[in-house]
Amino acid sequence: MSSKQMYQEVILDHCKKPRNWGTLSEPTHKAEGINPLCGDHILVSMNVVDEKIEDIQYEGESCAICMASGSMMTAKVKGKVCAEALDMTEQFRVLTTEPDGADRGEGLGSLAVFSGIRDLPSRVKCALLPWHTLIAAINSQTEISTEGDKDPVPGSGTKKG
Amino acid sequence: MEKTMSQESGSELDVERIKRDFPVLQSQNNKMPLVYLDSGASSQMPQSVIDRINHYHQNEHANIHRGVYTLSEQATASYENSRSIVAKFLNVADSSQVIFTKGTTHAINLVAHAFGRAFIGEGDEILISHMEHHSNIVPWQQLCEEAGAILKVIPITDEGELDFDQYEQLLSDRTKIVAVTHVSNVLGTINPIKEMVSVAHKKNVPVLVDGAQGAPHMKVDVQELDCDFYIFSGHKVCGPTGIGILYGKRELLERMNPYEGGGDMILSVTFEKTTYADIPAKFEAGTPPIAAAIGLGEAINYLESVGLDNIARHEDMLTVKATEALMQIDNLTVYGTAPNKAGVISFNVKGVHPHDMGTLLSDDGVAVRAGHHCAQPVMIRYKVPATTRASFYLYNTLEDIDRLVMSVRGAQKLFN
Repeated sequence: MSSKQMYQEVILDHCKKPRNWGTLSEPTHKAEGINPLCGDHILVSMNVVDEKIEDIQYEGESCAICMASGSMMTAKVKGKVCAEALDMTEQFRVLTTEPDGADRGEGLGSLAVFSGIRDLPSRVKCALLPWHTLIAAINSQTEISTEGDKDPVPGSGTKKG
Repeated sequence: MEKTMSQESGSELDVERIKRDFPVLQSQNNKMPLVYLDSGASSQMPQSVIDRINHYHQNEHANIHRGVYTLSEQATASYENSRSIVAKFLNVADSSQVIFTKGTTHAINLVAHAFGRAFIGEGDEILISHMEHHSNIVPWQQLCEEAGAILKVIPITDEGELDFDQYEQLLSDRTKIVAVTHVSNVLGTINPIKEMVSVAHKKNVPVLVDGAQGAPHMKVDVQELDCDFYIFSGHKVCGPTGIGILYGKRELLERMNPYEGGGDMILSVTFEKTTYADIPAKFEAGTPPIAAAIGLGEAINYLESVGLDNIARHEDMLTVKATEALMQIDNLTVYGTAPNKAGVISFNVKGVHPHDMGTLLSDDGVAVRAGHHCAQPVMIRYKVPATTRASFYLYNTLEDIDRLVMSVRGAQKLFN
């Protein structure tokens, strides 16, 4: 699939109409995610009750891939328990970074479109940033970065398929 | 049908012939003929340079300055011949003032370290500009931290020019060196180096010029500029990576201690004392990238066969035409509008992140750079996280620019 097709099929839709856009007023969990290399800066906020993500919102400034990934992520993990959300994050990492990721990402439904990102190694971090920020929010880290020791999944963004 | 620019004549160069000299430019990218607009990051190599490097590996390879056998002497001669070619290229009177380094970054670090240790102490000032590449910022910051010196920054205008009045005011009795770029890698601005050197020298302040974006694109005469250091990289002048040049004035180089110690940079070594070799060997510790140095010489031969003035004129024409065409696109902003500008155009289209722009352009076979271009202070100055940058060289055609403009319009349409 060309990048253009990937943009056309999913990314632009979520980019123009991001789901769960905003910041919850009194979240139980939240985290900020930044990618200093491209200036992406997002915020994930959640209300977690008995381990269940009752509500989740995100907002920020980023490229379309990051924005779409965040939008789809919130739709996917809303109503799930934290352990499931972490499991999905791992699946998404496999999907976007492992050579056979496309075959192993069946549980992710429409997110499978991001398997194309493996062909664009420089953009993997864009797609992963919301998920890394989600991990940080669940772990109640306040700020994560795609670079350095604030990266909760070191090296994941630079792995090439 | 709308008339495209490539249907108009414009250049004195036979660009189609030049383009054929570069194997990479014959390749396809995403099933489209490659349009390479990232020479500001790294230029392509012509066949003659690739052949010269191969010839060295196949027929001439041996370590230099050591062996007394024919092969080593031949390798030494080729390596030193390359130094002479570089000296002539920059109009250096004596080729011993030309030092081979690993690249521009390495050369700036060399000066920051060796010059810094010799001449810079607590409370001294180092003057750089707001448009520097990180490689002309970070080594000076490190030096400031070690020596207790102070980094001062010449501001830039909205158009992307250095504020000359501020520059003059910032040159103080404590200024020990000015380190400034010849051409901004983001804004394309060509800085008035000769005038800057003249003002600095009135206060006895030496000037280092980061010529990474200068030497590839215009005739550089270090005697005319009168700068104290001039630095550039091989891989931006159609040569290979891993090689760069530091030109320095003899009296300064001689007063600086070596940056690195090792083989080839000594006269004699005992456990009590080492006596250093003269320049340039003093600054070339260890076995250098011999093949790359020889390749650089061949690259300069290639550029000179085309003519640096012809290249500069051709790039100028491309820059003017590309700027005109891009400016016609709604909601497109060009960063850096100095009248005296080299072949670099940084731009953003409202609503399209530069990284998305770069990815979508690549889909059409158009290679541009997207990001902060290792110049984050410039991004902060213009309040953007990143830009898309197209940079031109002797092998780019008006058709390349048509393809760029068409692709940018396509990406914009996709997002609207």
